[in-house]
Amino acid sequence: MNIHYELPLEEAGYSFGFLDEYAKKEVRRTILKAICIPGYQTPYASREMPMGRGFGTGGLQLTLALIGPDDTLKVIDQGSDDSVNAVNLRQFVQLTCPGVEVTEKLEEATLIQSRHRIPEVALTEVQVLVLQVPYPDPLVVVESSEARRKTMHAEADYSRLLVKLYEDIVHFDEITISHRYPTRINRHYVIDPSPIPRWDVPKLDQSPALILLGAGREKKIYAVPPYTVAEPLVFDDVPFRVEDFRDEHGQRRACARCGAIDSFLDEYSDDNNAKIYQCSDSAYCDGQLVQNLLQEAKA
Amino acid sequence: MSNRILEVRGLSRIYGNGCPLCVESTGPENDTNICPHCSSVVAVHGVSFDLFRGEILGIIGESGSGKSSTVKMLYFDDAPTEGEAIFFDGGERHELFQQNAAQQRSLRNKRFGMVYQNPHLGLNFQVSAGGNIAERLLMSDVAHYGEIRRRAQELLLRTEVLPERMDQNPKTFSGGMQQRVQIAKALVTRPPLLFLDEVTTGLDLSVQAAILDLILEIQQELNTAMIVVTHDLGVIRLLAGRTLVMKYGRVIEAGLTDQILEDPQHAYTQRLVASNL
Repeated sequence: MNIHYELPLEEAGYSFGFLDEYAKKEVRRTILKAICIPGYQTPYASREMPMGRGFGTGGLQLTLALIGPDDTLKVIDQGSDDSVNAVNLRQFVQLTCPGVEVTEKLEEATLIQSRHRIPEVALTEVQVLVLQVPYPDPLVVVESSEARRKTMHAEADYSRLLVKLYEDIVHFDEITISHRYPTRINRHYVIDPSPIPRWDVPKLDQSPALILLGAGREKKIYAVPPYTVAEPLVFDDVPFRVEDFRDEHGQRRACARCGAIDSFLDEYSDDNNAKIYQCSDSAYCDGQLVQNLLQEAKA
Repeated sequence: MSNRILEVRGLSRIYGNGCPLCVESTGPENDTNICPHCSSVVAVHGVSFDLFRGEILGIIGESGSGKSSTVKMLYFDDAPTEGEAIFFDGGERHELFQQNAAQQRSLRNKRFGMVYQNPHLGLNFQVSAGGNIAERLLMSDVAHYGEIRRRAQELLLRTEVLPERMDQNPKTFSGGMQQRVQIAKALVTRPPLLFLDEVTTGLDLSVQAAILDLILEIQQELNTAMIVVTHDLGVIRLLAGRTLVMKYGRVIEAGLTDQILEDPQHAYTQRLVASNL
């Protein structure tokens, strides 16, 4: 730290956004390193944020280090723009980053911060997706020593993780991991892709957008750079399977709101305690509704 | 081409700081392996031998004689203070202690096998018997589930573990069965070199006999070179073609097993043989 640093006298000279210049510089340098070594968990000095760790401080630090006055931000929590977490994070950024536009429309956003989902619509090269990560290391379930985990990552030794998948198939006839599916990036490092469902894992592969993952509590940042190979960890003869949302008749369930049959669905109970299914990505669902209305109007 | 698979020269291991007088103040003639000047333990000193393809070499000695320490260094569980070991693998020559940690781990996972006295060191009790074998295959880059199952089943059958127990946790197995799972795990990658550290200690006689028969059969079938560490002369007599006798970290006698058991030259070996036979 520069001990001779003095705060600028004019307001315009202050650092943009919430983080100070040193913090932004460090996070940006860590992001660059993470992009250079796809999938590598790069350590950084995660800052105290005005919210508890576990509420998306890792993702927020990435967002605040990247955001500029000409950015448009979209914040999603489990696919929804309207959940408490998403609304609060969005308001915090609006409060501390003057001039930044916020949106709920994916195509307008340049920076997307998300918890537990990747948007249904494919991202573009001009967009950056920031994912909030609670547990960055997929090996933590099989090895408690971080030093040994680092060696295993360095040597791409994921045999013990595969043994866990083997045991799953032996005991349950299928791999039971529903979210945080271990994914190999650029044919070396296996990452925990944050608690996204299996449905979202194929979206990591050859994504045109830069995907950054930040774990505030665990002080790690890692990245899936654009157009990088991302393969879920599987056996050669047991293919990776995503959720299929079929009912007991083998029929693909549709969203109760927009009727989409190609999106990840959340399960709810209605007033009669019956199960209903609805798009998890609220912006996508809204878009489908608008399209339906337009088609009806045309007809 | 030489039939040699392992060449060990001057292998030494001192636990403690060590001093210039450590070596001359310890050994069988001083009746101790603890240096009186610096209290360091000279666990192994100047051990040299050759091992040939398909050969079983026995290492015998009392507790604390350095036999297990020797094997642990060769299997990279411990690092030597001095000495060298060369592993000849087909046309390749590996200087074991000159390699980096990653190369050592690769050799250990793919080309060497180890069966410990304590199954807790060799088996993962969090997963099934089949999972233990799968782990070793996965380390060797076999990632075909069906193939892994087939090979695990084949090996467990070969080591007389019932196939229906393949998916059970080995902590529910008897000691003998745990040892057999360890042997299956060690052999699944068909390593050319296998270390057996007191594999029959603590097992009853009938189980001991079954495991020794199994080791002999496997050695003949796969032509695996083995180093068998034991303090049981019966095991040495049955398995080993050549034997090293160790005391206080030194090899005090080496030769054909029959020769050592029938005509021991060193006073300690004579006492050892007399007390056992």
